Amino acid sequence: MSTMAGPAKGRKAPSAGARQERRLGWLLCAPAVLVMTAVTAYPIGYAVYLSLQRYDLRFPARAEFVGLSNYGSVLSSPFWWDAFWVTLFLTVVSVAIELVLGMGLALVMHRTLFARGTVRTAVLVPYGIVTVVAAFSWQYAWTPELGYLADLLPSGDAPLTEQWPALWLIILAEVWKTTPFMALLLLAGLALVPEETLKAAMVDGATPWQRFTKVMLPLMKPAILVALLFRTLDAFRIFDNIYVLTSGAHGTGSLSILGYDNLFTALNLGIGSAISVLIFICVGIIAFTFVKLFGAAAPGAEVKR
Amino acid sequence: MAAAGKTHATRWGVVNVVVVLYALFPVWWIAALSFKDPGTLTDGNYIPRDWTFENYRGIFATSEFTRALINSIGIALIATVIAVILGTMAAYAVARLRFPGKQVLIGMSLLIAMFPPISLVSPLFEIERIIGIFDTWPGLIIPYMTFSLPLAIYTLSAFFREIPWDLEKAAKVDGATPAQAFRLVIVPLAAPGVFTTAILVFIFCWNDFLFAISLTSTESARTVPAAIAFFTGSSQFQQPTGSIAAAAVVITVPIIIFVLLFQRRIVAGLTSGAVKG
Amino acid sequence: MAEIVLEGVTKRFPDGSVAVRDVDLAIADGEFVILVGPSGCGKSTTLNMIAGLEDITEGTLRIGGRVVNDLAPKERDVAMVFQSYALYPHMSVRENMGFPLRLAKVDKATIDSKVEEAARVLDLGDFLDRKPASLSGGQRQRVAMGRAIVRDPEAFLMDEPLSNLDAKLRVQMRTQISRLQRRLGTTTVYVTHDQTEAMTLGDRVVVMRQGLVQQIGSPAELYDMPRNLFVAGFIGSPAMNFVSASLAGGTLRTPLGDLPLDDRARRALEQRGAPPEVIVGLRPEAFEDASLARGTGGPVVTATVDVLESLGSDAYVYFQVEGGPVSTAELEELATDSGLRDTGAGASQQIVARLDAATRAREGAPAELRVDMSRAHVFDPSTGSNLTHPER
Repeated sequence: MSTMAGPAKGRKAPSAGARQERRLGWLLCAPAVLVMTAVTAYPIGYAVYLSLQRYDLRFPARAEFVGLSNYGSVLSSPFWWDAFWVTLFLTVVSVAIELVLGMGLALVMHRTLFARGTVRTAVLVPYGIVTVVAAFSWQYAWTPELGYLADLLPSGDAPLTEQWPALWLIILAEVWKTTPFMALLLLAGLALVPEETLKAAMVDGATPWQRFTKVMLPLMKPAILVALLFRTLDAFRIFDNIYVLTSGAHGTGSLSILGYDNLFTALNLGIGSAISVLIFICVGIIAFTFVKLFGAAAPGAEVKR
Repeated sequence: MAAAGKTHATRWGVVNVVVVLYALFPVWWIAALSFKDPGTLTDGNYIPRDWTFENYRGIFATSEFTRALINSIGIALIATVIAVILGTMAAYAVARLRFPGKQVLIGMSLLIAMFPPISLVSPLFEIERIIGIFDTWPGLIIPYMTFSLPLAIYTLSAFFREIPWDLEKAAKVDGATPAQAFRLVIVPLAAPGVFTTAILVFIFCWNDFLFAISLTSTESARTVPAAIAFFTGSSQFQQPTGSIAAAAVVITVPIIIFVLLFQRRIVAGLTSGAVKG
Repeated sequence: MAEIVLEGVTKRFPDGSVAVRDVDLAIADGEFVILVGPSGCGKSTTLNMIAGLEDITEGTLRIGGRVVNDLAPKERDVAMVFQSYALYPHMSVRENMGFPLRLAKVDKATIDSKVEEAARVLDLGDFLDRKPASLSGGQRQRVAMGRAIVRDPEAFLMDEPLSNLDAKLRVQMRTQISRLQRRLGTTTVYVTHDQTEAMTLGDRVVVMRQGLVQQIGSPAELYDMPRNLFVAGFIGSPAMNFVSASLAGGTLRTPLGDLPLDDRARRALEQRGAPPEVIVGLRPEAFEDASLARGTGGPVVTATVDVLESLGSDAYVYFQVEGGPVSTAELEELATDSGLRDTGAGASQQIVARLDAATRAREGAPAELRVDMSRAHVFDPSTGSNLTHPER
């Protein structure tokens, strides 16, 4: 909070009005800041502390400071790297599909001649539905003897028990659930493309495809980058779908699943915390890459006046 | 011309139907499952041959589900109310007031919006056990409201920014104190935005699974998504499929109602915070 | 009612830029004063400082004899009409107009009667229970006025209140505002970028540029005796014509031709020590058709008519003269502000003359124009000041 108390640079002592405004600003923000600090900053610090301990809940008495050795064990373990590559694969593939599909969906919602409301309402259902519920629906659909989709496969196939089919089914579930969100963000971007600019391009002789790639996409770039950033970070923490669909078995476990298993199955707080911290660092790297590499308007930029 | 218009319309019609089917099919499937009796559960039919409410009766007969439903509703509602109140205050300040430290707040909520929840699960698990709120309502309410605060702040500040700035000046010249300007002018105008935000936050809390299975251990605070995952069949030879399907439908109903009633607002809320300048 | 006095009022923003510099202005009780200037001249900032919406960096502001620098807007007892009207969309017209009284904890019956009275004056009686969204632009504007008058404040502050109306309505509302202000006798400060509004409405007009007051005076004073190039160019429509000239023995050598100065001007120039190169300013009506010969002497210049616009009452004649347009910082700014910069007016300079409708000037044909030298202004190009302006 001390950062907030510094007076603005190069300003005379503010008048009563400005002081009042500043005090009100702090007062209104304080509760949110306090809550967010208490529930995230402090625990993440605590997670760093825990990750430097040998701390197994089954043997709490043997807890001791072990420095970075937990990180060493995690990073040298094939489990971490398997989960890492699985997570990366799921993230990249599902976000790529979502972007293409979401763009299509956004165009449909933007351009459709009728039933606009119905389409938008329908599209919101996957967004709103509880992920676990959707995951169960998919699981039952693909379970032999139970599901409509499994029945379409040669009998005896159980796709959720084999690594690659299972990974693709996880992607399917993830894409189904989150494409609408992507589509809505892109739709908002589409709304920013002036109708007249498109008409001008049409008069200038641009084909529909050229209008899309040369006019719409460049104008939508900020919206696309924000949508990608949101979705990538979100996909990277994938947990619910995998938990229900495969429980992370058959080589489908993501980093979040790995962290969870270490905490609640292996009950190893030290290792689990090290994994938590490493995931946090990964997410930080992704966000940093997006903002720096693509010059993405950080989602914070929109809050500036 | 008319013919061309007609094929055009037909094409859009087909596209629209495909989109609607895509969105609703998995929901329909699990709803169909929930109305099947154990005998026909595995027939793979899209429409139950014999409609039965047996699965619903089953889940409402046990405290395992009813208790979880109460937990879900209570926890999500309380977390929503708190998050929206704190979010409204902060968003008003962000959108309207000049004060040093604003960027810190924005950066902080951005950071939390990106935060992987799994990174917090281990320390929160340990902290909550130490201070004794593990497996209680507050134990879930606190992380829920924290993680939905960035969402609330973004959405609300976007709504607040659309309220014409002059109105607040006008109120001040009309003799209002900043607090009166907030209460009498901004709040009534912001109410639709606040309501929309509340729906989004509620959906967010309602949806959570990771915290729900990590920070609870008994029925006392376990929410429906977590409870479903722990459902067991009435006998060990029976899969709990029917019960899970029924429970899934029950917790989907509120979402469907929100979506049907407030489609326009939800779309506005989801997109306003994300795409601006 | 109260007088408003600004003494050395300055506004400096946190980034160091100065929006308003050292403004001295005494507005008498009941006076209607206009702040006018191109965008960014500091007029709105000045108004906001009077309202209390912006801090005053330096100087003193007194309303009714009371120093109000540090008072919140609510303690200043002024009412403001905004360009966007700033009506509260969730309140009915009645509630909008009664809002200031409600904040002042006036009892309900009084509020009702005052709102009814204001509504009657502004002809809003039928709309009292409507929401602003269902009103037309002109009606909204009147509601904004109503909200200002119900509380009977010390002063009205109006920030371009007519800019959002279409041209016809703007003229009607202009008259109505003028009538209302006279009737109520409330001190009024009115900001506009439109010089026509400034000329028609104000008892006195304050012309501002880049945060500095250029001239304060009655509309007629500003028109006939602009103190500098900027005021001369800003006030009047069509704008004053400017041509460069060299001064040689009481005669101005201009691209138009040689123009001998009259005695008054010659004396003034001698007294002020005019430089050899000057700028001559001639309003369009300083020309007249020599062939109609009602003039009282003065030099005659010949020019080929480019475009002739006949308005019925008069005719505007446009013609080109050699040499690039006169260019000074002031004129550049005016050109930018009026959008002339964008029309691509080329290397030669355009002059406009306002002639009697009976003129026989024809497009493409030469015309003889008599110049009324008593209405000529001579400016110093380096300082922009009007050398023929009587020093006071």
